[in-house]
Amino acid sequence: MTIPTGSPQDTSLRRLFRSPAFRALAALLLVVLIGSLFNAGGAFFRWPTHRDMLRHISVFGILACGLTLVIITSGIDLAVGSVLGFSAVLFSLLSLQLGWSAWQAIPVCLLAGAACGLMSGGLVAKFKLQPFIATLAMMVFARGLAKWISGGRKVSTAVQLADGSFQYRDVPPVFEAIGSKLFGQNIAVVTLVFLACVLICFVLLAKLRWGRYLYAVGGNEEAARLSGVPVAKSKLLAYGLCGLLSAVAGICHAVQEQQGDPEAGTTYELTAIAIVVIGGTNMLGGKGGIGLTLIGAMTIGYLEKILSLNAVGEATRLMLTGLIIVGAVLFQRHRK
Amino acid sequence: MTTYLDMAGIGKSFSGVPVLAGVSWSLRPGEVHVLAGENGAGKTTLIKILAGVHADYEGEIRLAGDRVRFRNPGEAARCGIAAIHQDIAVVPSMNVRDNIFLGREMVGGLPWMRFRAERARAGDILSRLGLDLDLTRPLEDFPVSVRQMIEIAKALVHDARIIIMDEPTSALNEAEAGRLFEIIRDLKGQGCAIVFISHRLEEIYRIGDRITVLRDGRSIRTAAAADLGPDGLVELMVGREVDRHFPARGSRPGRPLLRAEGVSVPDPAGVKRWAVEDASFDLREGEILGVAGLRGSGNSELFHGLFGALGRGVRGRVSLDGDAYRPVSPADAIRRGLVLMTNDRKASGLVPTMSVSRNISLASLEAFSPRGWIRARRETEAARERIRSFGIKVRSADQDVATLSGGNQQKVLLARWIEARPKVLLLDEPTTGIDVGAKTEIYRLLNAWTAARKGVLLITSELPELLSLSDRILVMHRGRIMAEFDRREATQERVIRAAMGKEEQT
Repeated sequence: MTIPTGSPQDTSLRRLFRSPAFRALAALLLVVLIGSLFNAGGAFFRWPTHRDMLRHISVFGILACGLTLVIITSGIDLAVGSVLGFSAVLFSLLSLQLGWSAWQAIPVCLLAGAACGLMSGGLVAKFKLQPFIATLAMMVFARGLAKWISGGRKVSTAVQLADGSFQYRDVPPVFEAIGSKLFGQNIAVVTLVFLACVLICFVLLAKLRWGRYLYAVGGNEEAARLSGVPVAKSKLLAYGLCGLLSAVAGICHAVQEQQGDPEAGTTYELTAIAIVVIGGTNMLGGKGGIGLTLIGAMTIGYLEKILSLNAVGEATRLMLTGLIIVGAVLFQRHRK
Repeated sequence: MTTYLDMAGIGKSFSGVPVLAGVSWSLRPGEVHVLAGENGAGKTTLIKILAGVHADYEGEIRLAGDRVRFRNPGEAARCGIAAIHQDIAVVPSMNVRDNIFLGREMVGGLPWMRFRAERARAGDILSRLGLDLDLTRPLEDFPVSVRQMIEIAKALVHDARIIIMDEPTSALNEAEAGRLFEIIRDLKGQGCAIVFISHRLEEIYRIGDRITVLRDGRSIRTAAAADLGPDGLVELMVGREVDRHFPARGSRPGRPLLRAEGVSVPDPAGVKRWAVEDASFDLREGEILGVAGLRGSGNSELFHGLFGALGRGVRGRVSLDGDAYRPVSPADAIRRGLVLMTNDRKASGLVPTMSVSRNISLASLEAFSPRGWIRARRETEAARERIRSFGIKVRSADQDVATLSGGNQQKVLLARWIEARPKVLLLDEPTTGIDVGAKTEIYRLLNAWTAARKGVLLITSELPELLSLSDRILVMHRGRIMAEFDRREATQERVIRAAMGKEEQT
């Protein structure tokens, strides 16, 4: 009931300080500052450190892009890690073992990932299942799929012949291509894939009508429905794209590992959620953006890099990461 | 007469912005004291200070002569102050008894609840309120009016000496409001002091003993209700002379825009019955057709059904601007020029996470996004135009809609629906919970739309408003249209009688 309408205190500078993008950037800068203090003998100031951080975080970042779309509709997708595993196995099977070309294998994997997402989306949008439950089911189901098509074994270039001996196939060129670094070894291709995903999601969320629909559905679903927003289709779009992006991440993961591990991506959904949350996208839906997720990915990426550069043990690393997630979110919380 | 409560020099700021400054007033035992003022005048903040919700404020509160300073609502409650806030604070899934004792559970020596004692006490209190409810049923089984009564019951459990009621009637119909006023009189008789906030003038004069007017965070004047007439009150609230409550309107209704024949609407709760049965009417160009009815009469469901919000289950023949029309979905209705503004701007109106401009464009996004790309500049310009012509008070079009006052939020919703360029507007309680100034502006907008040959179907539970605005009035009772009155022949008595199911005596 009380509105600071046009009051002198509410300058544009003040509003900038309160904006989520500013707060997310501040958190990132803080982490970078810590990195330059604890620079592990100057290692933090060398570009390969940053390049490797970006390469490492890219797969998680791609998952977080898809999750951002879903979280904006006030949903959640727990299946991103499993769909990553499933598509990593599928891609390895098709390209490493069956010898499909990249132009056949990649679209098939993307379609498979999108289909998983659309199934979750259908359960949420049409059957009104709670997103947590629908995607929990999909998480288990997709992991099962990954194990089923792989027979529970890692899918690599080693093909077992009829007599039980192994024959090693050549790694197809697409693996080399995606696994390589460009611009004088200065940036990894997977990082470029991640940035392309960010760009696509940005266009959707900021420029397209369907992106606006996602925000409206997350902000007030009933109001959106009564304003003519196609609520069910919007949700299908979000979950479908999330599944598709999980498949993109799966392909990248398979390329980096040069194999399809049916256990790949286990607990990745948690890191991806952490990235979205640290970025400042609201878990309640309706607020947030892909730029925030990019910042969040870098914050988490630097954090892990700094801790590993300084040879902090895993136990301490995990505890610190937990504390920092809480700290970042408290710092960003919009004060009423 | 001695005062029971004194608040002196009360001031309060939110993030540097003063909301209250130097407010002083007092409360006597056994009186109904009305706090009057426009939205944003500071009424709600003032009572939140009294109820212990806001702990940091300037000034002094004396209760029965002693200085008090409440740090939280619990402390205020222990001193006999109970507040019934605008948003009813009950837990719908819990049963009646547990709601009444929420936070004041009766426990024995061990942490065991004394259910039998609670039941007896709850029965006592409810009978004082004239209610006979099954204490073990969840509150969500009961209508809003009962939930309101449960709030009062909670206050009585606390042995409250001061009961604050912030717009208690906004969710009640006439009969229920009448019942509430009887209860207020009883409470007065028992020495309780009631702080009463309402935007309805007739209520203020029906129940109020004294009135304190707040404006822009200051207490302007306290007077006995008998000494301050409605015109004077409105003038004090607004701070200028308000020429007329209901602007005059030269209406010449034209050809039919919306025609319904034998329309039946299924019950949205999923029960196998009709919420509206066999309704026939027509709405002409430039006409405001009021649809009166008590809660549960089906008038709101009729609107939802026609708009397609209840899906494809609507029966009967409808034509819209001469073409056959079948309610299918809100999206379809909007495209065909039929829009609905619901009676609950929080639950089904605003998207609170979005800016003012995005809320305005939401129902007409396709017009702003040819081939799917949103033209941001066009969208903002259109929003600015509406903000200007509707007199919406905002800092910028990008401001979060959640930061606006109720009246301005309501205008944002009206702007959304006009931006969709409808032929027919279904308005369900467009003036709930907003101040006199904003109401007058909404009346002015209604007139502009009817002058532009749009048709309006209007629900409002404020009868004077309905009678003054409508060209004709349909009265519904239990899902059926009971009567139709022309503007000249409609009176409050005739409308109420028909709404309560009594036939016209001829």
